[in-house]
Amino acid sequence: MTDHVLETDRSGGLRGISDALWRNPRLVILLLLTPPALWLGIVYLGSLFALLAQSFFSIDEFSGLIQYEFTLKTYKELFTPTNLDIIIRTVVMSACVTIAAAIVAFPIAYYAARYARGKWKALFYLGVMLPLWSSYLVKVYSWKLILAKEGILNWLFETLHLSWLLNAYLSIPVIGGNSLSVSWTGTFLVFLYVWLPFMILPIQASLERVPRSMTEASGDLGASPRQTFCHVLFPLALPGVIAGSIFTFSLTLGDYIIPQIVGSSRRFIGQAVYAYQGTAGNIPLAAAFAVVPIVIMAFYLWIAKRMGAFDAL
Amino acid sequence: MRTSAVRFDGVSRHYGEVRAVDAVDLDIAEGEFFAMLGPSGSGKTTCLRLIAGFEQPTDGDIVIFGETAQGVPPYKRHVNTVFQDYALFPHLNVLDNVAYGLMIAGKPKRERHAAAEAALELVALPGYGARKPSELSGGQRQRVALARALINEPRVLLLDEPLGALDLKLREQMQDELKDLQRKLGITFIFVTHDQGEALSMADRVAVFNEGKIVQIGKPEDIYYRPEVPFVADFVGSSNVLPPRVVEKMAGQWSHASVRPEAVKLVDAGIGADGLHATVHSTAFIGTATRVSLDLDGFSMVALLPKGARIPDAGEQVHVTWGSEDLHLMDAA
Repeated sequence: MTDHVLETDRSGGLRGISDALWRNPRLVILLLLTPPALWLGIVYLGSLFALLAQSFFSIDEFSGLIQYEFTLKTYKELFTPTNLDIIIRTVVMSACVTIAAAIVAFPIAYYAARYARGKWKALFYLGVMLPLWSSYLVKVYSWKLILAKEGILNWLFETLHLSWLLNAYLSIPVIGGNSLSVSWTGTFLVFLYVWLPFMILPIQASLERVPRSMTEASGDLGASPRQTFCHVLFPLALPGVIAGSIFTFSLTLGDYIIPQIVGSSRRFIGQAVYAYQGTAGNIPLAAAFAVVPIVIMAFYLWIAKRMGAFDAL
Repeated sequence: MRTSAVRFDGVSRHYGEVRAVDAVDLDIAEGEFFAMLGPSGSGKTTCLRLIAGFEQPTDGDIVIFGETAQGVPPYKRHVNTVFQDYALFPHLNVLDNVAYGLMIAGKPKRERHAAAEAALELVALPGYGARKPSELSGGQRQRVALARALINEPRVLLLDEPLGALDLKLREQMQDELKDLQRKLGITFIFVTHDQGEALSMADRVAVFNEGKIVQIGKPEDIYYRPEVPFVADFVGSSNVLPPRVVEKMAGQWSHASVRPEAVKLVDAGIGADGLHATVHSTAFIGTATRVSLDLDGFSMVALLPKGARIPDAGEQVHVTWGSEDLHLMDAA
């Protein structure tokens, strides 16, 4: 039997390290934060600033060599009609994908947060996450097959004798095309599918925190379900919607693979960056293009903050 | 005869096999302060939710001011609720929370804010309108929830354990204030609680719930002094319930009976042979009295001894007696 209430063994070994860490909580924080800080600070932010720096250089039109002098010439190039077109097209597509994703995701998230229990909740997470487990390329190519002229969607319309409807839709300028797989509608559908989980999960998390009594209280005070949605449910879910929209919006802004595989030949920002830094060898313009989504996102977050989207956090 | 505010006709609410509310009949008069008392899971809150419209009865009919509530959604019932967790909207300030019902009704901003300010005055929170609910104490939130529920001028106010989250002193103060408010406004209050003291001190009538049924309904004094079934005797003020074999020996009748702890007297084992033989199990000083737990032959009793009485030691042998008028016979159950 031991006589001491306090263990006197303060010798080394692993327990000694534990004791030392327990006495120095700051050391623990330092140890925990240093590796990710190094990773983020040097590898990520470092390369980002290197890229930013590149955008202030320019390319010599005759020799094709980069001139390492500060200039805003490259940024001016962004505002040529062709490049401005690319930017506007990408932003409009991102906005459409984001809005559609929010509309599609909300009911699913609401169901999961409010009604799904036990087995059904597990099924919900599985259903939402399952697409994330397979390769992104596989998903995009399978969508190309679904949307192609010989694809299942066309076949479905034919079987239902609705081909005229699909053809009428495809003949609409801008959003139509030869088949869905080479139209912007196709690009939109694939973007929507691929980024949808990133919208559902944050909305579900924010709805999960809204107690049932909140919507009941609203109904109790005379609000119809529509009014309850507008005045209580949506404002309380807004931080989740904004979080989701940051994902869908920025992911669409930067993506270059989906529009290349499914869609028309006209470019998006990601494709422009890819083309300029690769075959064209115009690193400064590629860098300037890469800055565009960053600026747009910063602006978007600023607006969201001004609108009070983060007040309920 | 006063008009009936809320009437239950054989109302049941079943969740699968579970009978949360089982064939309840109830008639609450207009202007009454009515308490639903019972342990958790006894069906009292479900009854309240049935009146509010958050739940639909599986069977039976609820009649509110002469009209059936069958198929009427909560937002079309002129009944308002104070929720147990208050359910204040965190994204709105206090004034907009209180004015919510009027905003939904389409009242212009100036009018509804003036009404909300008046309602805040009624619950003694004038000038708190600009704060967020998160900046208020529990008692203040409770008052805001009350003001918000009253702004639509309901004819029936439902209160779901409204004082449950408050500390003792505040709870007693709010009990008085709620009672005053109900008298002032003259509307029907239906109040759900598991605290018998709260139900007895505030309500005009009390319904005691157990396992989805009302086991007794009546004035607080009746519930307290004349429980009809052992459950009520035990749950309301923890009366001693005597088994029939003891009652037969003492009163010559085969039934359960109750004796209030404060009516129980202890006599030294040596003196007088009448009364029941008991062993003192433990004693506890509870401020106004001393609580003595007694082991009788096969069951236990509690006695509350007033200040000045001799307190026996644990393990001591005593005789237990009471006045014959303190023994209350119940229907066998």
